[in-house]
Amino acid sequence: MDVLQDAFTWLNDPLNWTGRDGVLALGADHLRISALAVLLAALVALPLGVWLGHRRRGGVVTVVAANTSRALPTFALLTIFASTGLFGATATVLAVAVFAVPPILSNTFTGLMEVDADVRDAARGVGMSGGRSLALVELPLALPLVGAGLRTATTQVLATVPLAALVGGSSLGSIIVQGMALQRYGQVVAGALLVAGLCLVVEGVLAAVQRALTPAPMRATSGRRRRRAPRAVSEPPGPAPAATGQQTVTRS
Amino acid sequence: MPGSVGPVTSLENPGTAAHVAAAAGDPAANPWLSWDYVQRNWGDISRALEQHAGLTVQAVLIACAIAVPLGMLAHLRPRLAAPIVGTSSVLYTIPSLALFTVLVPWTGIGRTPVLIGLVVYALLVLVRNVLVGLSGVDESVRDAARGLGYGRLRLLLTVELPNALPAIIAGVRLATVTTVALVTVGVVVGYGGLGQLMFRGFRNNKYHAEILTATLLCLALALVLDLLIWLVGRAVTPWARRGREA
Repeated sequence: MDVLQDAFTWLNDPLNWTGRDGVLALGADHLRISALAVLLAALVALPLGVWLGHRRRGGVVTVVAANTSRALPTFALLTIFASTGLFGATATVLAVAVFAVPPILSNTFTGLMEVDADVRDAARGVGMSGGRSLALVELPLALPLVGAGLRTATTQVLATVPLAALVGGSSLGSIIVQGMALQRYGQVVAGALLVAGLCLVVEGVLAAVQRALTPAPMRATSGRRRRRAPRAVSEPPGPAPAATGQQTVTRS
Repeated sequence: MPGSVGPVTSLENPGTAAHVAAAAGDPAANPWLSWDYVQRNWGDISRALEQHAGLTVQAVLIACAIAVPLGMLAHLRPRLAAPIVGTSSVLYTIPSLALFTVLVPWTGIGRTPVLIGLVVYALLVLVRNVLVGLSGVDESVRDAARGLGYGRLRLLLTVELPNALPAIIAGVRLATVTTVALVTVGVVVGYGGLGQLMFRGFRNNKYHAEILTATLLCLALALVLDLLIWLVGRAVTPWARRGREA
């Protein structure tokens, strides 16, 4: 295909990789914005999820958060934030972080809710306070699901950040948007390959990390859980939608 | 972007002039909610809404038509289930911006690449739910049907499929809501329904009313479609309701 050839030519040109708008700089922006957004979302969602899960209520909150984030287009929030006077990266980080909250929140909440009631009873029975039981018993047991939530959120964020290019943010999506504007479809395809490649690679790396961090005896269970989790209807989709994008994810 | 979409949007944008005039009179006034904007641009807004709703419904219908047979196939041949679900997850990881634009060289900009992308994403959600619904059918129900002499295909069509309906409908609702949100990304190829309004509002000197109106309409559309499918689901699975009441 002609366009594919153009795409490979574009990817092979070292000038496209270096410089202020090169692939490397844009990729670094992409990763930095994504990391900030996930961090911000985790700062909000983890404590909230742990607290709600420990108190064993607030299921409604997590479901409402998940449903709203699914119906609200990421692109809408990006434009809204970008037009309120927040510039460039700040608007992107905030908008994307909002969509990363529900997966982390609901997974943390579910992880803590799924801790066996007998185990909690036993912890209290040996004289642990609520806080100690949470820190030493419930949290370790919930970790696989918390990790899965962070992973879902990260993948979704990486898939959402490119959208910011439409409203002036800089990320690997800028290559695509610029290519569309100039009708250089080789560049568009190259950008799309880069964006998709980044998402798939990070997803693979995170899966490997999660596997390595899970103690061997728990692997079978967490694997089964993970496979079941995305199937369940209440689970937020990956990219925006992802989305989702995503969407989850919210896929968008 | 400006090359492909800019000219189109500026051509069909009666709101700009009014907005510019208003802005000239009072530069500070840029409200988020403006009934005036809605009234003056209703033709424009309704066209975008129609485009948005039409694209969503078409994408979900096509996805259903593919996903149900595919899910049934995966259910009949369990060896195919893992590759089908695996491929779905990988495709789902690809960002919409990349998927919509990568098709452009072959489809041209406009409706087709968006529709294909939307169908792919909805398909993934649906196949999973069809599969979960079919494999979640009570084993004793299956046994009973087999005991009555049902063949494999008849069992699937008259026993398993109806029993899987609640899960399938849940999948359709999820896919629809996701699709409504996803359509907005179509602006990148110049066919984003309400997203087109948001983008144009952003371009036109950050016209807040245009952006927020489109956003609220998006949410409303998702809500209305979700409600409609829920009602249809209630109508086609009367036994579920009766079971709950009893």
